[in-house]
Amino acid sequence: MSKPVVATASLAGCFGCHMSVLDIDERILTLIDLVEFNKSPINDIKNFTKECDIGIIEGGCCNSENVENLRLFRKHCKVLISLGECAIMGGLPAMRNGIPVKECLEEAYLNCPTVDDGMIPNDDELPMILDRVYPLHEIVKIDYYLPGCPPRADLIWNALVALLEGKPLDLPYEVVKFD
Amino acid sequence: MSEIKITIDGKECTAKAGQTIVEAARANGIFIPTLCHFDGLKPAGACRICTVRVGGRNMAACTTPVAGGMIVENDTPEINDMRKSIIEMLFVEGNHMCPVCEKSGNCELQALAYRYLMLAPRFPYLWPRRGVDASIPKLYKDGNRCIQCLRCVRGITIDGKKVFGLINRGGKVRISHDPKLSASLDDEQAQRAMDLCPVGALIRKEVGYAVPIGKRKYDDRPIGSEVEGA
Repeated sequence: MSKPVVATASLAGCFGCHMSVLDIDERILTLIDLVEFNKSPINDIKNFTKECDIGIIEGGCCNSENVENLRLFRKHCKVLISLGECAIMGGLPAMRNGIPVKECLEEAYLNCPTVDDGMIPNDDELPMILDRVYPLHEIVKIDYYLPGCPPRADLIWNALVALLEGKPLDLPYEVVKFD
Repeated sequence: MSEIKITIDGKECTAKAGQTIVEAARANGIFIPTLCHFDGLKPAGACRICTVRVGGRNMAACTTPVAGGMIVENDTPEINDMRKSIIEMLFVEGNHMCPVCEKSGNCELQALAYRYLMLAPRFPYLWPRRGVDASIPKLYKDGNRCIQCLRCVRGITIDGKKVFGLINRGGKVRISHDPKLSASLDDEQAQRAMDLCPVGALIRKEVGYAVPIGKRKYDDRPIGSEVEGA
């Protein structure tokens, strides 16, 4: 039987959740035995080369590229997991929500005290910034949520093992935290 | 005081006349979650997280006095789901950024979310635009995190005069403060205001982050475990 395939991505995140995946310590050797990784920053596979069983996404959606990437994951993954506060509620980037994009850009690129002769970036290569940062579940259907900033390594491990073995998820009090 | 027999979740309990359902439950080792309620303050019944079912009707357990023969439903799947919904609504109607909040780990709203296992709110985030007010010398007031529980309004007074008050009505209700009175708050009173606040809406200036992650109030033990003796 072929191994379950896992893909991961960091959208508007800081890669802290991916670090927390690595924080499962030596269990990562077991993980490599249990699953095969496809598109992921961990192995640097840039594009989906096959359909995946589990997609793990860190970070919310702050620009058009994030949205495209997220929809691609939904299309190619049977199960999609929202990993971490940013994926679930937007997190730190969402502190700009409620402030008009124009005001944010002007503050960052024109009026900031360290800016000298600034300009607002406007290149075709750059993805368009969204009106606000969206949690993943407001854009596509999400199957599971693993909160935390970052989510505890044990939470990620328990969730993966439960999914792979088809057993109920073990959620001890200490592993579900929002910070 | 005369003793009254009531039943909570099928357990025979002894209560004193004049006690509220929350107080009676606590005295009998049963946890009813509260958020706007604070020991020693007049109950406000503002948040409804303590809602229980008595005689088929929903009641706020922090404001309802016990009566002989009362049969209270508290820990049922239906009530717990409703409580979880209230927590979720409080999370989406403010801007609750737990990772950047100093109260994280000591926050009662967060602790209740842990207890009721809120992994993600089921409601859309509203992202209200609320400001941070740093005009009080000893405190800063973060409207993003405020849940309008009125604990500070009820609990912080100087010479019998309220330091905090309410402005607006309904969904636009905000906490305001008396500029003169709030300027005279000393360190002790500022600390009391911060302790009264169940969330991180009132934070002391110039001190903070004294307790490391892992040692905070709700890091290891769920809220309510002190009542249940677990």
